[in-house]
Amino acid sequence: MSDVFLPSAEMAYSSPDAQGFFGPYGGTFVPETVVPALSELAEAFCETLDDPAFAAEYGTLLQDYVGRPTPLFSAERLAEAVGADRVYLKREDLDHTGAHKINNTLGQVLLARRMGKRRVIAETGAGQHGVATATAAALLGLECAVFMGTEDMRRQSLNVYKMRLLGAEVVPVADGTGTLADAVTATLRHWVERVEDTFYVLGSAVGPHPYPVMVREFQKVIGEETLVQLQGRAERIPDAVVACVGGGSNAIGMFYPFLRDLPPEKRPLLVGAEAAGLGLDSDKHGASLAKGSPGVLHGFYSYLLQDDAGNPLEAYSISAGLDYPGVGPEHSHLKDEGLVRYEPVTDTEALEAFALLTRTEGIIPAIESSHALALLPHLAAELGPGALIVVNLSGRGDKDMDIVREGGLGGE
Amino acid sequence: MASNASDCVAGLARGFAPDRAALIVYLMAGYPDKETSLAALHAAARGGADIIELGVPYGDPLADGPTIAEAARAAREAGFGLRESIRLAEEFLSEAGPDAPPVALMNYLNPLMRMGLEQAAESIRNAGVAGVIVPDMPPDSAAPWLSVASGLDTVFLVAPTSTPERMQKVGERSKGFVYCVSTTGVTGERAQLAKDLAELVDRVRSFVALPVAVGFGVSGPAQVGEVARFADGVVVGSAVVRRQGDPAEVEGFVRELSSAVRAARS
Ligand SMILES: Cc1ncc(COP(=O)(O)O)c(C=O)c1O
Repeated sequence: MSDVFLPSAEMAYSSPDAQGFFGPYGGTFVPETVVPALSELAEAFCETLDDPAFAAEYGTLLQDYVGRPTPLFSAERLAEAVGADRVYLKREDLDHTGAHKINNTLGQVLLARRMGKRRVIAETGAGQHGVATATAAALLGLECAVFMGTEDMRRQSLNVYKMRLLGAEVVPVADGTGTLADAVTATLRHWVERVEDTFYVLGSAVGPHPYPVMVREFQKVIGEETLVQLQGRAERIPDAVVACVGGGSNAIGMFYPFLRDLPPEKRPLLVGAEAAGLGLDSDKHGASLAKGSPGVLHGFYSYLLQDDAGNPLEAYSISAGLDYPGVGPEHSHLKDEGLVRYEPVTDTEALEAFALLTRTEGIIPAIESSHALALLPHLAAELGPGALIVVNLSGRGDKDMDIVREGGLGGE
Repeated sequence: MASNASDCVAGLARGFAPDRAALIVYLMAGYPDKETSLAALHAAARGGADIIELGVPYGDPLADGPTIAEAARAAREAGFGLRESIRLAEEFLSEAGPDAPPVALMNYLNPLMRMGLEQAAESIRNAGVAGVIVPDMPPDSAAPWLSVASGLDTVFLVAPTSTPERMQKVGERSKGFVYCVSTTGVTGERAQLAKDLAELVDRVRSFVALPVAVGFGVSGPAQVGEVARFADGVVVGSAVVRRQGDPAEVEGFVRELSSAVRAARS
């Protein structure tokens, strides 16, 4: 925990409740077959929270294997370009495997091993979570299968290859549009079948209880480190903290310690960047919070892109990590409570921000993270001179080279 | 246990008889189109279905295997959702008259939420539908629905993984019958019944006073006959849906299943 501010009762942000509800959102809406496994998981997870041995093992892996703490980098040329006084980048792109996902997969795979499961499964969109799960499984000696939509396998063939190198089985999912939502469904179906010996490593702050809170616990290290690092530089509390939101794991990992440790009047403006794809007025976007309505998908109640009959709609984004029709339940709650502001960012805006960071700082970001960067000029203008902004740079862009090239960047 | 059919019992209980297992036939609303699915409902009734489980097509059928998922996709393409499925049930029930087998809607939770739980319950009731089965709504998560769904039998499911406490809870909250999922996994025909199925049903029965119907993976007359020996009801889904494009074939097949149920305990 951050030692910057000790939480007191009045400032406490406390969610979820014991049933996994963040306000009205979250819960457990799954077939009975997996309900007992979820209860068992919730229990095992709670035990780890009070277990110093687990904390020590996980902490050591975060330090020596992931490379934590990740730097908080003052991006001076970027700050100047966007008109802010200071911009800090939380460098999750420097995590082993290239994104924040590994924080979560190590936690869950450790938990799987502790629960005596020999086999883990995961869904993946861009392949980042799949690679991170395959990596953790290789490290800890567990069998691993990753479900991936056939369209995503095509778009992210390098990650497919990596997962196989790491010893994981990659299971193609041809249902629907062959993207992330289909992969989640296929993984849940498979889990229903193999629930007795299999642990489902979910990749974002979504899914039935206890996944959203568990993923938050394994990602909160991002925000906790940021608070400590700001204090270490004698910085004030930032004016704004920005993160991209797909399912919402890197964002909640960054935001939660600010919500938990700071009283409301001291909190920075917390801003989540959602994928607006080709624009909110097109039907090609992934902006569940801006354009969706509450409903149930994949076992939890949250904002959701859905049609009039309640069927989930296909989401779209240039970034495979943000094209999910739902969003983590805690984000729905934070939106309704006005505790976090969510802003749409289009493909084009994200690509521009991608190019800007690359040229001003020599850092090639993931396209997902570029959505957060794209809000910088707007926030700097809104906050006025002297603005201090932190951006969670959730991942690096190596995986996105083909997409960016197709988008026309960096050509002669 | 189930009451006598002649006792003018409302709801799904009417489908159960004391001396033999009930045959519960699953059909997909709107598959392959509205008219054919209506004809298939009548065919199933004529063939001897004791209860009809009418599937509502949904875009993310988490608990369903390939046959039902594909039928749902086709039905959605034909414009079918919850509203249309309720209308279909109503049409069937009014055409078939008082002797029609009771109908339970099998639908996922989100379409109910999208319509509004209260309004959904109201339309389902008004259509004469006796009950609902919501595969992604376990009893612990059902309070909002149950608070508006009086007059409807909400059937909950137990699975081979359910703990005794959960079986007890399902038994307490369920109305009409308890749906016992034969195996971990999704719906779909399987060559073999799960082993220890009779023991599972016995275990469920020790926590549940309602009739216990077994479903998932029951594919033909032989398996139906086997399950009918120890369960109060047998659900056949994918094997019927596979034939749904041809109502005459549905009728013939259901007739075979119905004879199997009748022969099981004689
Ligand atoms: C680099 C990166 N950032 C963000 C995301 C989006 O996920 P989340 O919203 O859970 O952080 C992904 C998902 O694949 C990712 O790879």
